[in-house]
Amino acid sequence: MYGTYLRRELAGRKKQTVIVAIGLAIAIALVIVVNALTAGVRDAQAQALASVYGVGTDLTVTGAAVEPGQGEGPRFDFDADAGESDGETTTLAQSALRTDFLRGTLDSSVLDTVAATDGVAAASGALSLTNSTFSGEVPSGGFAQQDGEQPAAPEEGQSPPEGGQGSGGGSFGVDSFSVLGIDPAATSVGPLASAEVTDGRGFDGDDAEAFVALVDSTYAGTNEIAVGDTIDVAGSDVEVVGILGSTSDSADTAANVYLPLRTAQTLAGVDDVISTVYVQADSAASIDAVQSALADELPDATVTSQSELASTVSGSLSSATALITNLGAWLSAIVLAVAVLLSVLLTLSGVGRRTREFGTLKAIGWSNGRVVRQVAGESMVQGLIGGAVGLVLGIAGIVLINVLRPTVAASGAGQGVGPGGMGGGPTGGGAVFQSQPAADIVLQAPFTPWVLVAAVGLAVLGGLVAGAFGGWRAARLSPAEALRSVA
Amino acid sequence: MTMADLEQTAARTENEQPLYRVAGVTRTYAQKGRIVKALMGVDLDIMPGEFVTIQGPTGGGKSTLLQLLGALDTPSTGSLLLDGRELASASAKELGRIRAEEIGFVFQGFNLIPTLTATQNVDMALEPLGVDRAQRRTRVAEALAHVGLDDRGDHLPTELSGGQQQRVAIARAIVKRPRVLLADEPTGNLDESMRDEILTLLESLCSEGITIIVVTHDSAVAQRATRRLRLAKGVVQDITK
Repeated sequence: MYGTYLRRELAGRKKQTVIVAIGLAIAIALVIVVNALTAGVRDAQAQALASVYGVGTDLTVTGAAVEPGQGEGPRFDFDADAGESDGETTTLAQSALRTDFLRGTLDSSVLDTVAATDGVAAASGALSLTNSTFSGEVPSGGFAQQDGEQPAAPEEGQSPPEGGQGSGGGSFGVDSFSVLGIDPAATSVGPLASAEVTDGRGFDGDDAEAFVALVDSTYAGTNEIAVGDTIDVAGSDVEVVGILGSTSDSADTAANVYLPLRTAQTLAGVDDVISTVYVQADSAASIDAVQSALADELPDATVTSQSELASTVSGSLSSATALITNLGAWLSAIVLAVAVLLSVLLTLSGVGRRTREFGTLKAIGWSNGRVVRQVAGESMVQGLIGGAVGLVLGIAGIVLINVLRPTVAASGAGQGVGPGGMGGGPTGGGAVFQSQPAADIVLQAPFTPWVLVAAVGLAVLGGLVAGAFGGWRAARLSPAEALRSVA
Repeated sequence: MTMADLEQTAARTENEQPLYRVAGVTRTYAQKGRIVKALMGVDLDIMPGEFVTIQGPTGGGKSTLLQLLGALDTPSTGSLLLDGRELASASAKELGRIRAEEIGFVFQGFNLIPTLTATQNVDMALEPLGVDRAQRRTRVAEALAHVGLDDRGDHLPTELSGGQQQRVAIARAIVKRPRVLLADEPTGNLDESMRDEILTLLESLCSEGITIIVVTHDSAVAQRATRRLRLAKGVVQDITK
């Protein structure tokens, strides 16, 4: 009889049942979708970081940032008789491999210091470089100065300026690609930890000083580079022995070209230096302690944790993170609160309308407990209906997101150098450039079973809260007063 | 009722203990900031099997007395015994159990649950008694047959006439096999022919041993009772002639 009465009452008050169920369903669907998106953004952040730092990197150690005005961009210097001249124009070509001019390098001995620190499970060093190639024609007598202004450096995402042409002008361009010098033997931690060889081979012990390279699959595809080809790095021919792809299908690898560390140092003409040490702690619990120890050991270096690295991820991924963690979480909390409040108010209103009915039930011998169970049961079933509908809506929302596969752009601020270029300038002049790696990451919304269960639990809890209020009001009714009610 | 019935009832009650013994009962309550004295020292015995009507002006305390007799409320002072048990000091739980097992109510507005069928409405009275499903089905069918509605069990209240709805309410009151049936203006919403149907039914139940106590304004109803009381200004008078 309990079930029959409950079913008949809910069916008899369809409007209230539908309003409460829809309110709870929307709230539950929002909770599910927002949680899935939060997990998706977290995964995207992890992917963005993994593509730059490799899977399993807990900390990075980098050189201190260069003081403003102290950094010097790449320069191309040509002798007076450089290039081939036809009398009016001179054809020039020069390739240079340089370190990140905005951040200092570290002596390779830092890697030993890091590896010897308590709590460090693995460490590997890498040298981040940019190869820039100047090629084109300039007037044999030099540029006629137009207005004395230097060309502006391209900003992130902009195409490099091309050299002008005209009276006394020339035509030239600058291409650049990012290069990462890595320890051929280090694959467990560092950039290669999140990459796999898709064609050819990887580095081996014999490659330590060889002029061989691995090329990112996206960069190779764009520039039609295949295994066995040679590429120009700092004016030297380097053989491509393998093509690297990211283990994530939604992100590129950390650099365009990978060289053995020693080879990179030789070609860049630098001493035994590195840009970054990738550190893996022996446990998640020891990360903070390792970070503190490294900061003490290496006062001139910058030690950064994954969570700090996450904050350096910029672009639309950063906006998505802020939007979901702030607006999304608040929105779902507010909608849930409104839905529960609505449910409570409608239940109280329903009890008010049924005062005489409950008075009659008490008159025929129903106990307070039985009346409260009836009211609470009706509210809980409304919550269950809302939860079930919300579950379907939430899952549909997640499926829709995963079908649409929205992408978010992620940039690692101040880390690495991506493809870019620079414009022409006066002969023998220098120009500054800066670019950052940006990757489009597919935003996935994963199913999290406990979130689905918790969401339905929230709906039932909402129903129970409403039922508790309604039951409390029904229990307080004096049967004599309830029967006098004209409601 | 015939004279023979009255004589039979009188003879029976001489040898029995009263079902209700009301002594010095008062009931006061606060209403809009002032104290209302609904009952002012009511003394009354009601014997088992009596058909009692309580008449009186509006606001005279009739419904208050009926609620006290029905264990829906307790007196402010005085003693109210139901079959020797004191209701004035009984707990809410005990009063609820007494209502569930021994008292049937019939209301002027029928008070049926609109979403339930006649059968289900009657069945609601058995819910607190823990009667098993098969027995419930039998008792509900018997109660509906008793009031002549055995073919209307599947009907919702809105599909029944006023008289039929009141008969469903009476079936709900008697399905638990109560000792007393309390009715507050049971014919107030019915036309004359339906009123006679209901009164005949109440007389029939009384003849089966159920004590009937009816609050009414209607003299025609009072004429059918074995005992007539008048309640005015909180005081009871026996006006049976």
